[in-house]
Amino acid sequence: MNREPPHIIVVKGGWLTTVQDLGRYGYQQYGVPVAGAMDSFSAIVANRLVENPDQAALLELTLKGPELQFEQESVIAITGADLSPTINGSSLPLWQSILVPHGSRLSFGSPRVGVRSYLAIAGGIDVPLVLGSRSTHCASEMGGFRGRPLKQADSLCTGKPVQSIKRLPGKRLPDHLVPRYNRTPILRIIPGPQQHFFSDTSLATLARATYTVSPQSDRMGYRLIGPTIVRKESMRFISDCTTMGALQVPPDGQPILLMADRQTTGGYPKIAVVISADLFLAAQLAPGDTVTFAPCTIAQAQTVLRKHRAQLDTALPPQESSLLLR
Amino acid sequence: MSPSNQARGRGRTSKGMFRIVPLGDSAITIEFGNEIDPLINARTISFAKMVVDQGWSGILGIVPTYRSVTVFFDPFQWNLSVLAKKLRGLPRPGPKESESNGTVHEIPVLYGSEWGPDLEEVAAFAGLRPADAIELHISMPYRVYMLGFSPGFPYLGPIPERLAMPRRSTPRTKVPAGSVGLADRQTGIYPSATPGGWQLIGRTPIVIYRKTGATPFLLKPGDLVRFKPIDRKEFDRLSSETQHDDY
Repeated sequence: MNREPPHIIVVKGGWLTTVQDLGRYGYQQYGVPVAGAMDSFSAIVANRLVENPDQAALLELTLKGPELQFEQESVIAITGADLSPTINGSSLPLWQSILVPHGSRLSFGSPRVGVRSYLAIAGGIDVPLVLGSRSTHCASEMGGFRGRPLKQADSLCTGKPVQSIKRLPGKRLPDHLVPRYNRTPILRIIPGPQQHFFSDTSLATLARATYTVSPQSDRMGYRLIGPTIVRKESMRFISDCTTMGALQVPPDGQPILLMADRQTTGGYPKIAVVISADLFLAAQLAPGDTVTFAPCTIAQAQTVLRKHRAQLDTALPPQESSLLLR
Repeated sequence: MSPSNQARGRGRTSKGMFRIVPLGDSAITIEFGNEIDPLINARTISFAKMVVDQGWSGILGIVPTYRSVTVFFDPFQWNLSVLAKKLRGLPRPGPKESESNGTVHEIPVLYGSEWGPDLEEVAAFAGLRPADAIELHISMPYRVYMLGFSPGFPYLGPIPERLAMPRRSTPRTKVPAGSVGLADRQTGIYPSATPGGWQLIGRTPIVIYRKTGATPFLLKPGDLVRFKPIDRKEFDRLSSETQHDDY
C-alpha cells in the first residue's frame, strides 16, 4: 500500500490498545487463534457509523484509553464502554460519528461503564493483512500493529474513506439499540458438547449460581469463581476445538469462559457455550463483576441473534466491503 | 494423555462413531471416537477434507483435531439444524480409509545439551543412556494428529511408551523456537518462542511456521514426521540457511 504521512500519532498507549477486526478465521486448523474484537457488536456499529465495512480494522481500547494526536482531519466513532473520551478537553458522545479537526488530541478519562471501547476511523486502520485479518493476537505476536499493543510514539495510517468525510459526521445509533451494560449480566447458555461429562447437579448448579470474574481474566478467557462444577470421574477428555463463549471446566471445577484470544484447541471439557447474542455483555465484564447463566435453546439463540442484526441493519445498513482496504 | 488413550480403535463402537453435537450456536462438532488413535484421526481428517470439498459458502472454519472436526459457520447464513443435516448426509470415511496419505517430512534435530536441556532427565526416566533415548525417539515416524496450542504447533505421536515422561510441573516461560519436546505419548515442535511445559530434548533449525509468506505452515494434519539427528556443524549450516522471522 502507498504510505501516506501518518494519520495518527500515539501520545500514550493506554492500558491495552490493539488493532482488531472481526477475527482471523480459516486458519484454526493450523493452530492460529481467531482473536478479533471482543465485543463485535460495538466494533460493527463503530465501523458502520463511519461507513466502513464491518470487517475494517479499528482500535479496541481497554479500561484506560490511549491519547492520540490526529495529524489529518478525520471522522471517528467511539462505541462500547464509556471510557470518558474527550477531544481537546471537551467530552465526546459515544455511538455517533464525529468530525475531528486536524491537530486534535483525543484522550480518555476514567471508565464509567464497561471495559472495552471501540474507536473506528473512516477508512479503517491501515495495517498489513496477516492470514486474511488485521486483528492483533498479542501472545503469538501476530497481526495488528507489529503484533503488539500500541505504545507511545507509534504512528498509524488509515485507508482512504469511500466518501468525502464531510458527509459522514452526525450519524448515530438509535437510542433503543444502544446496549445497556451492567456488572451483573445474565448470559444465556446452550449445553456444551461435553455436557454428559458432568453430573446433573452440576448442570443445575451452573444454571442457578452466581460466578465472579476473577482478576485472572484477559482477552484469552475469564476465570470464574463460584460453586464447583463436578466432573464424572470415569470420563476422560481428549483435546478438541474451542470456540468463543465456551465454558470449559478444569479439574478444580471452576469454569473458564473462553474469549477472543483463546487457543484453537483445549484439553478441558466444555459444559456449556454462551450464545453469540450475549457475548457483547461478556466482553464488557471486569474482574469483580458477576455473571449468572440461563439455559436457552439453539433456536432461541439464533432467533435473538438475527433479530438484533436485523434491527441494526435497518438503523445502520452495512457497507459494501469491496469499497476500501484491499 | 495416559498411555491407555493410545489403544488402537478397539471395538466397533469407537471405529464407527459419528456423533454430531452443537458447539454453541455458530459451530458444530462431529466426533469420530474418544481415543487418540491413528485410524480415528485419519477418518477425522478425511471427513474434514470432504467438508472443505463441498465449497459451501458461509463456512468460516473446518478444524480437524485428534478425533473430531469442528465446522464454524456464519449464523446469519446457516441454520444449525440445516447444516447438521447436510453434514449427516455426507459419506462417512470408513475404517479402512486409514493410513496417512499426507506428506512425509524429515526434520533434522540437534539433540541434548543447551538445545535439549531435558534430554538427560528424559533418558533417566526411561532408564536409558541419552544416546539410546535419542535412538528411541527417532525409531519411527510420527503422525501429525493436529495443530494447536500456538500457530503451527504439531501434536505428534504416539512415541514409544518408555519415553512417555509427563510434562514439567512448572512450565518454562520461554521455550526457544524450533525446540523439540515431549509429554506423555506425544512429541512436538515449538514453532515460535512461547511459554511451554513439555520436556525439551532437542532443537531443529528447520522453520515450521512463518508469519509471512504464501505458505506459512510446513505441516498439516495427517502428515508424517521423521526426526533425524544432526551434529552442531550441520545445525549451524542449516540455521544459516533459514531464519525464524520474529518481528
